[in-house]
Amino acid sequence: MRPFVYERAGTADDALALHDGDARYLGGGTNLVDLMRLGVELPGRLVDVAHLPLDRIETGGDGGLVIGATVRNSDLAADPSVRASHPVLAEAVLAGASGQIRNLATVGGNLLQRTRCPYFQNAGKPCNKRAPGSGCPAYEGEHHNLAILGHSTACVATHPSDMAVALAALDARVRVRRRSGGERPVPLGDFYRLPGDDPSRDTTLEPGDLVTAVEVPPVGMPSRYRKVRERASFAFALVSVAAALDVADGEVRDCRIALGGVAHMPWRARRAEEVLRGLPANEESYIRAAEAELELAEPLRDNAYKVPLATNLIARTLSELGSGERAGGDGRAPGPSDGGLS
Amino acid sequence: MRALERVEGRDKVTGRARYAYEYPVEGAVYASAVQATVGRGTIAAVDAEAALAIPGVLAVVSCENAPRLRQAADAELAVFQSREVSYRGQLVAAVVAETLDTARDAARFVRIEYAPAAEGPDVRLHPGHPGIYKPDKVNPTFPADSVKGDPEEALPASAVQVEATYTTPAEHNNAMEPHATLAVWEEDGGLTLYDSNQGSSTVRDTLAEIFGLEPERVRVVSPHVGGGFGSKGTPRPNVVLAAMAAGVVGRPVKFAFTRQQMFSATGYRPPSIQRVRLGADGTGRLTTVVHEALSQTSMIREFVEQTATPTRMMYQAPNRRTAHRVTRLNVPTPSWMRAPGETPGMYALESAMDELAYAAGIDPVELRIRNEPETDPESGLPFSSRNLVACLREGAERFGWGDRDPRPAVRREGRKLYGTGVASSTYPAYRSPNQAYVRADADGRFTVRIAAADIGTGARTTLTLIAAETLKVEPERVAVELGDSSLPRASLAGGSSGTAGWGSAVVRACEALLPKLDAGLPAEATADTTDEVKAQEKYARHAYGAQFAEVEVDVDTGEVRVPRMLGVFAAGRIINPTTARSQFIGGMTMGLGMALMEQTVMDEEFGDYLNHDLAQYHVPACADVRDIEAFWVDERDAHLNPMGSKGIGEIGIVGAAAAVANAVHHATGLRVRDLPITPAKILTGM
Repeated sequence: MRPFVYERAGTADDALALHDGDARYLGGGTNLVDLMRLGVELPGRLVDVAHLPLDRIETGGDGGLVIGATVRNSDLAADPSVRASHPVLAEAVLAGASGQIRNLATVGGNLLQRTRCPYFQNAGKPCNKRAPGSGCPAYEGEHHNLAILGHSTACVATHPSDMAVALAALDARVRVRRRSGGERPVPLGDFYRLPGDDPSRDTTLEPGDLVTAVEVPPVGMPSRYRKVRERASFAFALVSVAAALDVADGEVRDCRIALGGVAHMPWRARRAEEVLRGLPANEESYIRAAEAELELAEPLRDNAYKVPLATNLIARTLSELGSGERAGGDGRAPGPSDGGLS
Repeated sequence: MRALERVEGRDKVTGRARYAYEYPVEGAVYASAVQATVGRGTIAAVDAEAALAIPGVLAVVSCENAPRLRQAADAELAVFQSREVSYRGQLVAAVVAETLDTARDAARFVRIEYAPAAEGPDVRLHPGHPGIYKPDKVNPTFPADSVKGDPEEALPASAVQVEATYTTPAEHNNAMEPHATLAVWEEDGGLTLYDSNQGSSTVRDTLAEIFGLEPERVRVVSPHVGGGFGSKGTPRPNVVLAAMAAGVVGRPVKFAFTRQQMFSATGYRPPSIQRVRLGADGTGRLTTVVHEALSQTSMIREFVEQTATPTRMMYQAPNRRTAHRVTRLNVPTPSWMRAPGETPGMYALESAMDELAYAAGIDPVELRIRNEPETDPESGLPFSSRNLVACLREGAERFGWGDRDPRPAVRREGRKLYGTGVASSTYPAYRSPNQAYVRADADGRFTVRIAAADIGTGARTTLTLIAAETLKVEPERVAVELGDSSLPRASLAGGSSGTAGWGSAVVRACEALLPKLDAGLPAEATADTTDEVKAQEKYARHAYGAQFAEVEVDVDTGEVRVPRMLGVFAAGRIINPTTARSQFIGGMTMGLGMALMEQTVMDEEFGDYLNHDLAQYHVPACADVRDIEAFWVDERDAHLNPMGSKGIGEIGIVGAAAAVANAVHHATGLRVRDLPITPAKILTGM
């Protein structure tokens, strides 16, 4: 680990002032500190923002939420109003990591966690995201759990966050304090980016920009999150889906669908949504919508299984939402002590 | 015998139990290892200047300046003795510094120039590999091949035939405590090693040999060990590196492998490719068993997993052939991982038996019962005891096997398919010579001393019970001291032989003490079981078990969950039910991991194991282990040892993966013959 300077910021203004370009903001440290130990991140300075007064969840009159950037993942998932109004968000957060990690991890840090692509995490190997221009060994190498959508020959990494997938479905906006001045909300779809020929950047943030909060509009329809993994908890998604469905008179009036584990960013399935709106609320429609989205997929040699997996998962989740089936494999709503069973 | 909670349990949960890296030795400094970044080549030059310039760095040790060591039997221990790199991740240098952070940071600045080999690393095990050969022996000393009757003639003539190839991936032991050593050179030239291992006597002997010392000049202290699963059964490079570094800087040195380094430096279960052919008559009686196993070893040391050896004695069959082949690759040397041989081998054999049950239309439990041999099929020796059939019957009863509809893929509730599976398990009952000491004090307390290892198994607790029973006193009056090479010499915690070997010596020492008690206290006695073990009668000694599993398979996602596992074991007398249960269900849980998630993926381009941490190498989480139960049958066996016990540390994993895989077939109709059974394989197959 490279020696570094540690600074604790008391206010957002402090944090911005302390960031010197060679710095990283430190939230719960559950990803950044690991990457520093691995020699993947080598900041000269850590600006600890975990103690900024941004740890509140505000409920707006319209049913929307403003979630402070330093709210701990556990507190977000356990918040009664979040669980009532945006169950997909609470479920997504609970599906991630472990209880101990969620106790430390912040909302801002969760959004900004880095890919778990094994080549990215190995400082001794090429990776265009870590060392631009060095190549992408995953493209021809081990990519069972990497991207099928929106990737490039330069990078096939996936974004690891569960929470961000729910936020993508919920049309959330990320409030960003610009180092250049001012604060503005950035729609999640503009916050993240696809790799293209510059995978070194996960987001559109400029160095020193600080995430201060996430705004989540009211959702107004039943929603849920479903995550697939080979072990029952404490694993990143092979594929996950965040979905919301509004059915009236047997017809889909509105829907939101986002996928995790398939792309460099949470993948908003707009094509599936377009296809589905106005169709009869039945399994056939759900499959049709899912297939329309997955037609865009370009699987790699060893991850074609994600295409049927994502298709099935979208259809299944919509089907459960449409029939009013409750979440959870065992029919109960997940709770804060659930350990992320899904 | 009464059940006893772990005697050091309180020390462990309160943090008082001290592990190797934690000893507060004054003046200790820290080492960090540098690993090869090529998979095949030669070290042309080591440039340590930049690292040495960092304040706090004391030394950089590499092939260019390392003290010469005596040759060890295990070439992996020849740390920094050669310029050859035979696999990526091999240790090539170490930095010693005042703090761990400095050592780790400085390790990044050690520049090593390689002359890479003309060809890239050869790392892929496949049946067409040109280097495949027949080894002289397989782990530890079994013949590579065996043959009886004429299998090639008998197989085509059999009424029912099954032929299948099963593959298992590389798997890593991943004990919680990393391999760690604190090395201290004493003023008198002696060497003290606080070390995490499965046998302090073995580490002492090996290190004494490597550093050219008399064994009594080396002391290895290891009272608490955070797991090993075989990977700490023999000394690992960490011990040599720490001792060497301590000598170079003249200070005590602490060294622990990082989790990532453990994936190349501390052994692993090699991948296997196994072809099994079974022939049976119309009633399911086996006519022919053929089991051929291929695995890999490194360029510097031959280790051949004894994968097909359980097939030599598991079932009756007049015609039988087993064969092991191996090839050398640019990979780390594989080694012991919980039930080496039995674990991968019984996965294949017991999967094939399930396939045979379907082919013959016979219940899988009944098929196994019909093939029970009367004597050991290979040696002809009588079994000291063999209660596989009792385990199968009791397990079937407890599990509710009787109502089972054998048809695959017919139990569906909503989007889930359900199925059940069974497999046999087995593990040899070994015993090694040991020495022990016991003393009685005037305050009514007894002290037992033996250099045994408690690697989390409960050995200290079990030996307390064994001594208390022999001495006919309450266990509270007995203190067992172990994990220190200055204690009477002991065999290592391996091959499920610990309790049998150590316990025998403890019993004999206690028996020798009893007549002395009336003559006044304190009194002491010792024992050495070398002659007793050598003189033991010839029997085939094995433990057996039956594993049952229920699986739930999601038809949309291919996720497999295991709502229920049940094992029944016949392992002689169970000495401590409390810790025995932990051993059994721990093994079964590891078998569940093997079935569904554990695999280390070779990076074929760069030549090392890619998913080298616990976020990427998945072992079961609590949520994966639902209803899991272990039972044992009352087995009396007078041909084992004074306790009448068989080892229980490994048998729990054996067969567990096959039971799960067979249940997946029953649930889905799909045979996944390539572990682990992941959602991808289920979805692709269905």
